[in-house]
Amino acid sequence: MKITPLGDGALVVEVAEKIGDDALFHVQALVRELERNPLPGTIEIVPSFTTVAVFYDPAKIGGMDALRNELVARVPRTIPRRDKSVVREIIIPVCYGGDFGPDLTEVAAQAGLNKDTAIALHSGAKYRVHAVGFAPGFPYLAGLPEKLHIPRRATPRTRVPAGSVGIGGSQTGVYPLATPGGWQLIGRTPLRLFRPENETEPALLRPGDYVRFQPISKEEFAAWK
Amino acid sequence: MEMTVLSPGLLTTVQDLGRPGHRRQGVAPGGGMDAFALQVANLLVGNAAGAAALEFALTGPRLKFSDDALIALCGGEFGDLPDWRLVRVRAGGEISLEKCRSGCRGYLAVAGGFDVPRVLGGCGTDLRGGFGGHEGRALRAGDNLKVKPGALEAHTLRPDAALHHFVAPEIRPAYSRSPTVRVVRGTEAGEFSGKFFQHLFTIEAHSDRMGLRLAGPQLERRSKMGELISSLVAPGTIQVPPDGQPIVLMADAQTLGGYPKIAHAISVDLPLLAQLRPGDTVRFQEVALAEAHRLRLAREHTLAILREGLAGKLH
Repeated sequence: MKITPLGDGALVVEVAEKIGDDALFHVQALVRELERNPLPGTIEIVPSFTTVAVFYDPAKIGGMDALRNELVARVPRTIPRRDKSVVREIIIPVCYGGDFGPDLTEVAAQAGLNKDTAIALHSGAKYRVHAVGFAPGFPYLAGLPEKLHIPRRATPRTRVPAGSVGIGGSQTGVYPLATPGGWQLIGRTPLRLFRPENETEPALLRPGDYVRFQPISKEEFAAWK
Repeated sequence: MEMTVLSPGLLTTVQDLGRPGHRRQGVAPGGGMDAFALQVANLLVGNAAGAAALEFALTGPRLKFSDDALIALCGGEFGDLPDWRLVRVRAGGEISLEKCRSGCRGYLAVAGGFDVPRVLGGCGTDLRGGFGGHEGRALRAGDNLKVKPGALEAHTLRPDAALHHFVAPEIRPAYSRSPTVRVVRGTEAGEFSGKFFQHLFTIEAHSDRMGLRLAGPQLERRSKMGELISSLVAPGTIQVPPDGQPIVLMADAQTLGGYPKIAHAISVDLPLLAQLRPGDTVRFQEVALAEAHRLRLAREHTLAILREGLAGKLH
């Protein structure tokens, strides 16, 4: 375990060395512990793939040594376990191809598949959220079938519509907001992955969630509420 | 009271002290880039330090107030409005902040603060997310912003007040077009040579609220350790992408980053970075974390004294 400063307002605790379910459980266990028993002066606890960042107010932590020591003491006490009650599975409806997925034909061709098989492969897999970040509500999903590992576009698009489902190398994901982006776009979901009006949970997905994509038609997309 | 935007200027947004607590959902902390100037502007008009104010860059707005208003401009110098002091504007009066005379970003506070909805714990505008502030966007000509009733009102102000209420240059940050910015070491600092501390870096044109892009000697990673696993970054984090030209992340930066972190600008020097324009230069100097904390507490102490002092004078 390593603890390193992130500037003068946060410490980053590294609880695992590589991305995976073990790292996810370690990270979640430490986050739960630090939320149940908050350390004095800590402002925000933020999980990532293999690390947990602890933001603090230097006036209120009783010195850096105190905070570091407390964090060291907290980490070993937290035993990663698979807490089934908190695991959710979220179904994300996707209208594949056409205007919503302008790169589907190209992705299927590169994978040596026809479009329907590519859709079946993408929507047949079970994915897991390992981190949320980069942009508001943006989920990093693991579990993309190897055949669909297609490199990003050589030239990123200047604007990718919100809800676009894409593939970038070994990752697949959904753009919660309209942003520039370099992923291959294969479809679009009518679900909103980021809802700023939802004060308690603005991001639809959280780390640890399982995700499945469900193909829907253009008509179903249009009628989605 | 209402404020009307006659001409919007460049990237004029409503900002406060940001919205901490939502990084885990990928939401940047945001808020005023020069948080010191924003807080002082608010204190000068009798607001809470973190009330919603305007931030603008390089070209300020032209504004009109429906009633007598008390305002303060801090940070960069804009138009011919006296800065770092309380100013009274008559009903129907216009102020023009178009020309930027020094610095890069101006902060205009109005007694009462702007009445915008609080979204995810903050009133600031998140431009990328399209929420917060005034309709989640930069201001446009014709926008009308409501101002809340202030603790301080133009008609209750002591007649001589405006003359006395200004912030002495000694307690302002050491703004410069070629500042030395103090940093603490980043996690991957040891993987780079000392070039970072020996050379000047120039601010590139495509710098914005997400980050300042710097041009200088190419910083090469000594060890070929391969790609890093993305982890948290924060305003002040200085990343080095593969092209070797560092980026200083600012208020609206992404929450996670995968580039090596060579250093982090200390909190009290973020205002110096916020006031740099394209073409300005910056040099970095390492300080210990304890020193960064000491300076941060001293800055908070300065603001506390200012708050007390102004409260005594204004009412």
